[in-house]
Amino acid sequence: MKVQSAMFYFPEEVIEHIFSFLTSHHDRNTVSTVCKAWYKIERLSRREVFVGNCYAVRPDRAAARFPGLQALSLKGKPHFADFDLVPPDWGGLAGPWIEAMARSCPNLEELRMKRMVVSDESLELLAHAFPNFKALVLVSCDGFSTDGLVAVARNCKSLRELDLQENEIEDRGPRWLNSFLDSCTSLVSLNFACLKGEINVKSLERLVCRCPNLKSIRLNRAIPVETLAKIINQCPNLEDLGTGSLIADHFSEAYISLAGALQKCKKLKSLSGFWDVSPLCLLAVYPVCANLTGLNLSYAPTVQGQDFVNLIQHCMKLQRLWVLDSIGDKGLAVVASACKELQELRVFPSEPFVGGPATVTEEGLVAISSGCPKLNSLLYFCHSMTNSALITVSKNCPNFTRFRLCILEPRKPDPVTNEPLDEGFGAVVKTCKNLRRFSISGLLTDQVFYYIGKYAKALEMLSIAFAGDGDQGMMYILNGCKNLRKLEIRDCPFGDAALLADVTKYETMRSLWMSSCDVSLRGCKALAAKMPRLNVELINERDAEMEENLNNGVVDVITNGNNKNLNNGNDERKVEKLYVYRTVGGPRSDAPDFVWTL
Amino acid sequence: MSVETERSSTESEVSGLDYEETALTLRLPGGTSRAAGSEPDRKRGFSETVELGLSNGARMETHGGSSAGDQSDESPESQASVAEKPPAPKARVVGWPPVRSFRKNVMKSCKLVKVAVDGAPYLRKVDLEAYTGYNQLLTALQEMFSCFTIRNYPDEERKLVDPVNGTEYVPTYEDKEGDWMLVGDVPWKMFVESCKRLRLMKSSEAVNLAPRAQH
Repeated sequence: MKVQSAMFYFPEEVIEHIFSFLTSHHDRNTVSTVCKAWYKIERLSRREVFVGNCYAVRPDRAAARFPGLQALSLKGKPHFADFDLVPPDWGGLAGPWIEAMARSCPNLEELRMKRMVVSDESLELLAHAFPNFKALVLVSCDGFSTDGLVAVARNCKSLRELDLQENEIEDRGPRWLNSFLDSCTSLVSLNFACLKGEINVKSLERLVCRCPNLKSIRLNRAIPVETLAKIINQCPNLEDLGTGSLIADHFSEAYISLAGALQKCKKLKSLSGFWDVSPLCLLAVYPVCANLTGLNLSYAPTVQGQDFVNLIQHCMKLQRLWVLDSIGDKGLAVVASACKELQELRVFPSEPFVGGPATVTEEGLVAISSGCPKLNSLLYFCHSMTNSALITVSKNCPNFTRFRLCILEPRKPDPVTNEPLDEGFGAVVKTCKNLRRFSISGLLTDQVFYYIGKYAKALEMLSIAFAGDGDQGMMYILNGCKNLRKLEIRDCPFGDAALLADVTKYETMRSLWMSSCDVSLRGCKALAAKMPRLNVELINERDAEMEENLNNGVVDVITNGNNKNLNNGNDERKVEKLYVYRTVGGPRSDAPDFVWTL
Repeated sequence: MSVETERSSTESEVSGLDYEETALTLRLPGGTSRAAGSEPDRKRGFSETVELGLSNGARMETHGGSSAGDQSDESPESQASVAEKPPAPKARVVGWPPVRSFRKNVMKSCKLVKVAVDGAPYLRKVDLEAYTGYNQLLTALQEMFSCFTIRNYPDEERKLVDPVNGTEYVPTYEDKEGDWMLVGDVPWKMFVESCKRLRLMKSSEAVNLAPRAQH
């Protein structure tokens, strides 16, 4: 109160200046709730907004509140959309947001979107609506083609960053790269690694040549070694490089120029790409390895065995390493002995099927944990895991903030003792006090949820699959994890009792996903009735049964302002997919027919 | 796609070729050739192959829509081919293991080769790794150059035919050593390894390749 009353006499400009020292969104949100004057000062001076769920607030409302917005970050579909659990036309449209920004926020310079559907028309609008637009970052988005990129390249004259990460982009030819104007010299970061088609290498070389500040460039698979060498030669300040396909089987001119170019890259910190790399080209990379802090070999199935060992032994400063499991436990042991600074490790399956060959196991993980004490972030796909290994790992690396372990075969017990992995994962939450993200797999009973609820106080996101005995498991989580923001559950025996045990909890969270669980339509309706500020959405596959329910039903359900009928007599039936999220925007207006908002 | 599974013997007369003598086939080595139409029951039609595959394949996921993103673009044929791979010990579950579909798609290995057709002024590309056998490849080529239909012969022999003028095309390929061979002369996997490019050659011009491939 004292602070507020003293500050009450400050001119608005002074308060605004003081607010400018608040860098975290959380602090600014807090400040805006103090009084009307502060709310107003804060909203008019806010330059950055992060919206973790594009349906949590209506776009026009956000745009009207923050007219001075310069940087917007948006997330769309639920996380499980990454694994095809969300139908393609579910929603998450970028259009309404870009339109709202175009109307109210002409100063927008940066737009970052994840898991959203972006149309070419939206990109066209964006390219024309914001005269000072600088950065477009799209992650796991789809719905657009290279034609949309043409509009961006042609019209965003001061573009600094075009970052396309793992998007599904329809390729309509290499024209988009030619569309950058000759006056475009501002690029700092360019990433088109996810584009599948051919690239006009001459245009690329010209573009790179006139952008002296380029620090990050990630090429796609279509870029040959010759072009790569030329590009590196043009960019002595390169810090982050994604190679194209590194194929050169003999000491060709292309190889020699690549090796020469790389030797001049003194500032290179991060390497990725390595599409189809031939072993010889790895030799050319050695000179830059000593300075690398990030290395992504997760798209390079050919780097394994001795090639991998030789490469990784040069990478002493590595902090972030992404690999495929084809390097095996042996490869991980070499990482453990060479990379003492390692903080983040991701091991992806080279064959993402349950029946694939066993390659990395608990052995490799234990080796890593004993060799890399700074490890704090893990994503590990493996074929087996033991409790004792997990206990050792958590002792060796108590600083985990992200721990995601996927045992490929669902419900697989500790192969040594044949017991569930409760104690192992329990050790992780007991030891790692700062754990924020946690994914568990293998055979698990409610005991593991007891541990998580009791110890994982900092946990923000939890992913559960094929685990638990009954409702109690989920209740442990909801009761215990006070900081939980996102909970995603699939194939677990959690039902209405768990769902409805603490309905107010969901207003403190961003979202809850439950698929193939034991939740019934009645339970979901009860949740929706009690909590009007939650959107309770069911995703119904378009099967015959559903059509029948629609036609026969007697209960009115409001969706899109239209009344739909649900079969009243069938409330006990199981809900296949449930997505619950808090919102101040009410039911969304773009839900397709198969999404029912209760 | 229209796959011709039945063929009357009159068709062969249309093209004016004696199949017994000049047939350049997609058969795997070792099979004995049969006179066209002599044993119609041995023909294995497209639909038959597919059904075989599906019944052997892993349990299909029941919630259809959820699999749409990643799997809907698989042709029935490629699903059928699942059965040819070593069987997975557990049923496939949609969305498990939790690997991004983008990554799965990219990690599918890819071997692009150029395809030329005699008389056509353009080239196309195919990804050999996207197919699991000669039949699939041929079907894909037929779709790619939509002017062709597949002509089936007993024993899974197939050729591409331009129905307008009856010209038959034989798929040939350049192997690692730079020799032009008939597609089908080696087991599929060996072919994928070895193939540098494809050419759909007019039957009449491919005759001199035949002895090598069939010996």
